[in-house]
Amino acid sequence: MVKTLTDTATVWDWLSDVPDPEIPVISIVDLGIVRAIEWAGDTLRVTITPTYSGCPASGIIRLDVEMALRRNGIEKLDIQEVLSPPWTTDWIAPAARKRLEAYGIAPPQAAGGPERCPHCGSTNVTRVSQFGSTPCKAQWRCEACLEPFDYFKCI
Amino acid sequence: MTDHLEFLLQMGDSALILGHRLSEWCGHGPALEEDIALANTALDLIGQARMWLTVAGRVEGSGRSADDLAFHRDAMDFRNLLIVERPNGDFGHTLMRQFLFDCHHLATLRALSDAAPEIAEIAAKALKEVTYHQERSADLVLRLGDGSEESHRRMQAALDALWPYTGELRDPMPEMHDLADTGADWAMMVGPVLSQATLSPPDLAHFQTGGRTGRMHSEHLGHLLAVMQSLPRAHPDATW
Repeated sequence: MVKTLTDTATVWDWLSDVPDPEIPVISIVDLGIVRAIEWAGDTLRVTITPTYSGCPASGIIRLDVEMALRRNGIEKLDIQEVLSPPWTTDWIAPAARKRLEAYGIAPPQAAGGPERCPHCGSTNVTRVSQFGSTPCKAQWRCEACLEPFDYFKCI
Repeated sequence: MTDHLEFLLQMGDSALILGHRLSEWCGHGPALEEDIALANTALDLIGQARMWLTVAGRVEGSGRSADDLAFHRDAMDFRNLLIVERPNGDFGHTLMRQFLFDCHHLATLRALSDAAPEIAEIAAKALKEVTYHQERSADLVLRLGDGSEESHRRMQAALDALWPYTGELRDPMPEMHDLADTGADWAMMVGPVLSQATLSPPDLAHFQTGGRTGRMHSEHLGHLLAVMQSLPRAHPDATW
């Protein structure tokens, strides 16, 4: 029996349904963690890159990628991790930035701080701490609505 | 041991030992935000240590993994800087140690952008994180040094206690002789922040050395390793 290989665009679609374990409103594809999908003979090779060196979610992401592909019938799988080029928040998809904000996380800005409060939209915001609940976030506070919020660090 | 392997262990061991020291603060920080910041910095450093030690294990060629190197070597085999094995002391002491190390770390990683690809790519990844660490530690040294009478007193005491361990931060590292004068870069970063923070380093003629060469670690490293390595030493084949 001749088995046809699933085209890589379909595989990208499958992985677009895999949520980030810590920020489930965006997928690992939205986040820019999946760098390449290609066939090497009859083995599917998926290349991923970590956001932060010590991000505890990295292991879970790898497992989630494997489970999603196995569920879709991929048998021969090779998941590679690469460091170069290093992950940057520039790779976050524009639509995902909007979803982050709607979820209450201010998206990264080149200026180094949030553009506005994700709750009320005020630009009167103050940094509480350079670090937050995960390696990729910092803690900020809105001086207008007084709510604290997460800011996705720009790197 | 080749210079190349020594260098990889120096990078990996300093990140690992400081990462472990910072993790000792977890749950004990003076404020929730500081607790989280210290734990996040620890996480970055331990992640970086894993990258360096993975390459070190490969270069060594005896089949040792990053975990094997972290958990199954003794103090004399470690190549970390003496300053990172110093006990945490108070929050000011921890921050001063962080600042002095971060400036060295930053200068070193910047100089590695032209190194061999497997080193340059780890350095490029770590550089993004360490730039952030150094911004934070420099900012806090400034605010606490030029802060209240009490915070100034503590930061000056920390600087006096840690300065003898800064000699190793100025020495060129093996493999890096041709890359850059990281010692001069370190001094350029440290000097202005200290003076702006109204802090003065003591005038010393002699500095402690021996951590990076493994010749002479302080007694503190052994105690740290006893805690850090206890589980994998008791259950060498355990996995989870």
